[in-house]
Amino acid sequence: MNENNLVDVSENIKNEIKSNDVVLFMKGTPVFPMCGFSAATVQVLSDIGVKFSSVNVLDSNEMREGIKQFSNWPTIPQLYVKEEFIGGCDIVKEMHETGELLELFNSRGIDVKPS
Amino acid sequence: MPLSKEDLEKHIRESFPDSTINIEDLRGDGDHYSATVISKSFEGKSKIEQHKMVYDSLKGKMGNELHALMLKTRTE
Repeated sequence: MNENNLVDVSENIKNEIKSNDVVLFMKGTPVFPMCGFSAATVQVLSDIGVKFSSVNVLDSNEMREGIKQFSNWPTIPQLYVKEEFIGGCDIVKEMHETGELLELFNSRGIDVKPS
Repeated sequence: MPLSKEDLEKHIRESFPDSTINIEDLRGDGDHYSATVISKSFEGKSKIEQHKMVYDSLKGKMGNELHALMLKTRTE
């Protein structure tokens, strides 16, 4: 994977997180998650009722590796809120359990509609 | 080449000598573990920093030999 692929990918990543308040980089899609951790994270976001956009990192190896370097985080999924890296499945689940996740969305002015 | 439970604990122990480490093998395939690490060195660090410290102790194995690690970090 040569240099300019990495540069393109980080541009794509920046655009993605700039143009969407909540972005989940995941394996598969919210409707067809391809990994348990991605599915669990989608479940948390759906429970909280927040609108989010998702990026299927399995679509390109550049994205799958590029996002790990971009966030300096070794695993997928990865959640971004208002361009800030929030964490992977463990952290998002823990934040949901403690109510920190809802507070984060509220404090960033992001609408949620609990199901 | 999966990672044995003993190796996983050894890696974490090397970076967190004072810690209490509890590891559960979720599937018996050397690829899916859950781990709770309790260490004073997490004090004052954000959740992300704490988890990164543990990932760093695995020296690149996280996401490679080790596919899944459900991680909980505590200060006490």
